[in-house]
Amino acid sequence: MNSSAIEFEKRDGWNRPPVITPEGDGELLEIAMGPHHPSTHGVFRMDVTLDGERVVHLKPVFGYLHRNHEKIAEGASYLASMPYTDRLDYFCSLSNNWAYALAVEKLAGQEVPERAQYIRVITAELTRIQNHASAVGFLIQDMGASGTPLMYAFKEREKILDLFEQLTGSRMMCNYMRFGGCRVDVSSAWLDQTRKVVAGLPQFADEFETLLTGNEILMARTQGVGVLPPALAVSAGVTGPMLRASGVNYDIRKVDHYGIYDRFDFKVPLGDHWDVYDRFMIRLLELRESIKILNQALKDIPAGPIMDPKARIRNFRPKPGEAYGRIEAPKGELGFYLISDGSANPYRYRVRPPSLINLTILEDMCLGNNVADVVLILGSVDIVLGEVDR
Amino acid sequence: MKTLEEIKSAIEAAIPGAGVEIISNPSPSAQHSLLLTPSHAADAAKFLRDDPELVLDFLSNVTGVDWPDKEIAEKVKVKRQITKTVEGPDGTSVAQQVEEEVEETRKRVEPGYLESVYHLYSVAKKHGPLVLRMRTVNRTDRVELPTFTFIWRSAEFQEREIFDLYGIIFTGHPDLRRLLMWEGFKDHPMRKDYVEPDDFEYEPTAHDEILKRHKAHQAVAPGQEGAAPAQ
Repeated sequence: MNSSAIEFEKRDGWNRPPVITPEGDGELLEIAMGPHHPSTHGVFRMDVTLDGERVVHLKPVFGYLHRNHEKIAEGASYLASMPYTDRLDYFCSLSNNWAYALAVEKLAGQEVPERAQYIRVITAELTRIQNHASAVGFLIQDMGASGTPLMYAFKEREKILDLFEQLTGSRMMCNYMRFGGCRVDVSSAWLDQTRKVVAGLPQFADEFETLLTGNEILMARTQGVGVLPPALAVSAGVTGPMLRASGVNYDIRKVDHYGIYDRFDFKVPLGDHWDVYDRFMIRLLELRESIKILNQALKDIPAGPIMDPKARIRNFRPKPGEAYGRIEAPKGELGFYLISDGSANPYRYRVRPPSLINLTILEDMCLGNNVADVVLILGSVDIVLGEVDR
Repeated sequence: MKTLEEIKSAIEAAIPGAGVEIISNPSPSAQHSLLLTPSHAADAAKFLRDDPELVLDFLSNVTGVDWPDKEIAEKVKVKRQITKTVEGPDGTSVAQQVEEEVEETRKRVEPGYLESVYHLYSVAKKHGPLVLRMRTVNRTDRVELPTFTFIWRSAEFQEREIFDLYGIIFTGHPDLRRLLMWEGFKDHPMRKDYVEPDDFEYEPTAHDEILKRHKAHQAVAPGQEGAAPAQ
């Protein structure tokens, strides 16, 4: 039975997972997928109950990578948590830096200079490109195309990580942004190198699409699988490419205009079949939109300071109060909620992890599908366990 | 979006006895919040979601905050009767009652509470955030708050996380289990008064003192309180 045939009914007045009645002799098999299953991209377990090959129940189990990041941050100064945000979603450390810096800037009422805003956009969009490319690569890898598409994605990702290394000193744990600006300035040589890499990206996108988009096996495996209707997606708090693949036009870059995103001309691609194939396509289309933003940002980047001159690095104590800041991270809405009591550490530090909240709806999408499709549906959510468990 | 005062009066008009309070936020972010009464919170939340002007259909962030008991030392001026020996008119000493003002330090305990905070946005109208809060009666035995899972599905895992890390019990939650810590774990690690267990990794041998400290941390299984601790 296909998942699109399941009615996502509102039982007892709320969106709850549909009930699948076993067929045949009714004999059920419980299996634990994970915590060391390769398709879970980390240590994550799904307790799946099967009727033959059909999924009847699915309960995700978290916490294998839990280190209570929030408690650690409450005991450290504001700046000391900045390198730790890199470890949340270790694919997108620069987006995490930005989200945290944005929340603290809201809390302390700081301004960010023009040039730093451009650098933030450039680094965040480069992050988005390498994340989407490798997310698609991993998805195809889960499908059984061992290696080749993933290596195509990684070849491009490596060029972008080289840029990060030149700029920040680290490929993945960048620790680059500061409250009120960025840590170091970009050189004109770095900008030229970035322009060269960005100029090569459309060719990569074309090549990737030639390889994958029309692939018969990919279409057969993904179309009509893991359907997520828009109303349910909004209710379940799904964000990012997954929400837009469900046809909901909600991109925080367009809604909040945080940073300087109101200056760039780009489109928000939307899905119309709400399935795994749409999630795959949305990522490729967003990758092309990010190239557009990068071209504009690299053309317009002004000269100037990269730090707010009034920003305090040492003895940074925001006034008592609270703030919630959010950005459109590659995986969805990444938000930081901070409460200050006037001291050097945050009184409360909360990460709103898109990877965890996008999994709320995992059971609903998987019920009624074959167990082999669970792997694809999980792959299309695009999770990183560093962020799920924190 | 409507101002917070308008939203407050709209909720109070729609739900009689809702008792909404505005909590102001002095930080430059100016994200003020609404404090809901737990008994009417579910109705108020449903109103916020379904109201055609607000349409707050997207519950983005749910989180807990711990506010422990506060001991406040206050200096109070107290009048006290004291007996003083004064010399009478005829030369003899006479005991006399005199009133004197004395400064005294009194300690007052302000009871703590657990708080859950909600950040609401509207996907349909593209506005937000609206910040909601709810508070428990205390931090020990009356820690129940109503669940919002039936109104916004996104509360499901986040409320489980708060239950796990803070110990707020969300009444009516369909599957209230620990999310990150393991089953059988006793405490709530995000509370401000949580004591971390000792780390034994650096100890070369298990000395008596360490064993004693270790035993103090061992959880006793229910029904075995009187039994001898395991060796």
